[in-house]
Amino acid sequence: MNIIIVGCGKVGYALAEQLNDEGHEITIIDKNDAVIRTVTSTLDIIGVTGNGSSFRVQLEAGVDKADLLIAVTDKDEVNMLACLIAKKAGNCRTIARVRDPEYYEEINYIRDELGLSLSINPEWAAAYEIAKLIQVPSALELDSFAKGRVNLVKVKVPIDSVLDGIKLRDIPAKVGKDILVCIVERRHEVIIPDGSCVLQAGDAISIIMPLKNASQIYQKIGVSVKPIKNIMIAGGSTIAYYLAKILLNSKVRVKIIEKDSARCKQLSEILPKASIINGDATDKAVLLEEGIKKADAIASLTDLDEENILLSLYADKVSEAKIITKINKIAFEEVIGEMPVGSIICPKNLTAEQIIQYIRAKQNSFGSNVETMYKMVDNKVEALEFKVGAHSKVINIPLENLKLKDNLLLCCIFRNGTIKTPSGKDTIMPGDNVIVVTTHKGLKDIKDILREG
Amino acid sequence: MNYSIIVYILGWVMTFESAFMLLPCLTAFIYKEENGLIFLICAVVTAIVGRLMTIKKPANNMFYAKEGFVAVALSWIVLSIIGAVPFYASGEIPRPIDAIFEVVSGFTTTGASILSDIESMSRCMLLWRSFTHWIGGMGVLVFLLAILPMTGGQNIYLMRAESPGPSVGKLVPKMRKTAMVLYMIYTVLTLAEIIFLIVGKMPVFDAVCTAFGTAGTGGFGIKNDSISGYSSYIQIVVTIFMFLFGVNFNFYFFVLVKKFKDAFSMEEVKWYFILYIGSVVAITINITNNISNLGGNLKHAAFQTASIMTTTGFSTADFDSWPQFSRALLVVLMFIGACAGSTGGGMKVSRIILYVKYFKKEVSASLHSRSVKIIKSDDKVLEGSIIKATIGFLMAYIIVTIVSFLLVSLNNFDLETSFTAVVATLNNIGPGLSRVGPTCNFNLFSDFSKSVLIFDMLAGRLELFPILILFAPQTWRRG
Repeated sequence: MNIIIVGCGKVGYALAEQLNDEGHEITIIDKNDAVIRTVTSTLDIIGVTGNGSSFRVQLEAGVDKADLLIAVTDKDEVNMLACLIAKKAGNCRTIARVRDPEYYEEINYIRDELGLSLSINPEWAAAYEIAKLIQVPSALELDSFAKGRVNLVKVKVPIDSVLDGIKLRDIPAKVGKDILVCIVERRHEVIIPDGSCVLQAGDAISIIMPLKNASQIYQKIGVSVKPIKNIMIAGGSTIAYYLAKILLNSKVRVKIIEKDSARCKQLSEILPKASIINGDATDKAVLLEEGIKKADAIASLTDLDEENILLSLYADKVSEAKIITKINKIAFEEVIGEMPVGSIICPKNLTAEQIIQYIRAKQNSFGSNVETMYKMVDNKVEALEFKVGAHSKVINIPLENLKLKDNLLLCCIFRNGTIKTPSGKDTIMPGDNVIVVTTHKGLKDIKDILREG
Repeated sequence: MNYSIIVYILGWVMTFESAFMLLPCLTAFIYKEENGLIFLICAVVTAIVGRLMTIKKPANNMFYAKEGFVAVALSWIVLSIIGAVPFYASGEIPRPIDAIFEVVSGFTTTGASILSDIESMSRCMLLWRSFTHWIGGMGVLVFLLAILPMTGGQNIYLMRAESPGPSVGKLVPKMRKTAMVLYMIYTVLTLAEIIFLIVGKMPVFDAVCTAFGTAGTGGFGIKNDSISGYSSYIQIVVTIFMFLFGVNFNFYFFVLVKKFKDAFSMEEVKWYFILYIGSVVAITINITNNISNLGGNLKHAAFQTASIMTTTGFSTADFDSWPQFSRALLVVLMFIGACAGSTGGGMKVSRIILYVKYFKKEVSASLHSRSVKIIKSDDKVLEGSIIKATIGFLMAYIIVTIVSFLLVSLNNFDLETSFTAVVATLNNIGPGLSRVGPTCNFNLFSDFSKSVLIFDMLAGRLELFPILILFAPQTWRRG
């Protein structure tokens, strides 16, 4: 596809990088000439310097031939205007980042009136992601499929768990038949395991499970489940606001620590039920006074990555809480991955993921559609949900006769509301939703699970 | 420095060169010449070595400006050395340094020859000689980028190091497509010229060789008197195509995607056209005292100006015997050269435009010390870093010219000969004035001077820095 990206900030760059990897033709527009020069010499894309919401600049970037324009500058108004102009000038699909809560409340109206195909709000997406994790406290990561009925949950194998030292093949007999391990992360390795893989304590494993069996499975594998009743949020950013709003609705007590007193007043006005503390979240005394040791969950959401990491490390030391760390710029992921900072949330990647999922789904009008897509383990693994079309190459063939790619696992078939862990005798049928986990990137159709040739 | 990726690229360059050598093979087959065997052996050996070098894809394909420069410079050197082998092996050019001079002159699209009797060469050798122009015109690495699916965005560094001009951009987002578009325009224009020449009753072999020489703005003829012996029609066709190949290829791209407004408002193309027409008129008036026929003079002036300005180097008349003003004007045009993003050499019209603008800015700054003036090109503000780099290029250019001039002077020829020999090779033109004029050749120089001129040709074609960087110690230092 021909894609124009307006704004080359964190999200713009991440998008350009990942979409370029998927083989799309990218034109990026930014006001800053130096930024454009850097990005065009590291990625195989073309850059245009100028105001992305100007008609002339958009024409120069080839909006008349573009299939999609994504506006991700830091200003909502510019994004919306850029999309409006692109819609009129090029009649392409448009995606805008709209992050101001005020606009976001009326996003449906804006989307309809501006003809946006998709609007994204990284802060809201991050907050929603955190809220999901809070609801399943033991999960390090949680991705849902089939409209939330199936989850792919990442947990650490606890010491003394039945899973420690077990062969995957033996799990159904010894532990329970609903447990399918899809990804094993051991130190720096990522494995899409087969039956002979032996689990060890300390591995991070991703298990596919139906929502209703979740607590049962946790009990079996020895992961403690204690519902979260209160949360301490460091930093009163927009994410904190959205998160507090979601959690207050499900009766979790929320405490927000924010440095800026004006922001505190504002927060207390819009979140009357939350307790807002005006203080420095990096001050140990403040944290202890506000009961960091007793918190069920702690989310480090300040603007500084370094502060968030340190805060989470401290929280890990002094409390038993579930920890969530927001990191904007994941550099040095090798180091961060080893530190006990709990679940890592990266708004920029969430946004890129959402957009790529949209593009993959749109790209494929025949055969099978990508319904959901997640990039996991630092973009090394993709988990995809396909809606299987009526004429796909893979249907009505027993799975044992399909030549699947290596490092690919067909982990779940969702048919007429029932969830099935597939075995060799099962077949894929039209209308199924199939969930696949793989280290291959850029799968666009269910037939891509087959070995080429 | 990532050596494995450089080896990998060199391997591919060799593989492509061996493929290119099949064309002279075919020629030899058609004309039943035994020398074709030499090309065949050479192609097979090169292909095997090249294949061995590319058999293992480097695990680390990180690629930066440094690797880009070094890979390009080394590719051109390897290309030249291998390309010289058939000339030497067949004995048609008996001395290795001469063979290398001839081939470097071919690949860099210079067209300076050491041969005194061109017509005695076999046809496959003549074709190879002209074909090197065509290969070198658009660049081998650009060809490689069009064919090879190279991953990573860093391959822009390869194209930047090889393509002429102060700021090289892509036409379309994907590098590979850009390279393909460029080669497509190049091939279509070349084919058009071949057809026009054949329509003018030029023999097919001559037409193909002449078209290769024009397309790459090279200038190797296959006759001792270059183009003079052909009909007026053919001379006019060659004039027009020389001019066309000196135009920035972005122009053709804009025409292709029907952005006519953008195409015709390109500042560089406009000035290229004005400079060309102005020079033709000036030279016609200047030489009309000597020869009575105005039409003929106009034709010669148009041909010679196009030939020199686009740095091709064909000739229909001995411009060395023209009046001093015309000779001086031609030498000035040698420096200016063609458009950036074309196959021509020289400093490029776009740089000259920038220098004039900068000059005007500095003059006004010395009058009004508080004046603020932004330099624009095609309605876009030129950043300080581009201006700085372009002026840096001028410095390097002057220094290389002066040093080469001094070294070549050791041969003890007159000033005009030594100076224009350096200018004609550094700017990839071919013929100079006096003893290296259009009717003479470069065989009179010593081996040492020839080596200096070989260096100049390569440096000029790759716009100095890639070749200069090879000699900078910090390129090879660790870390």
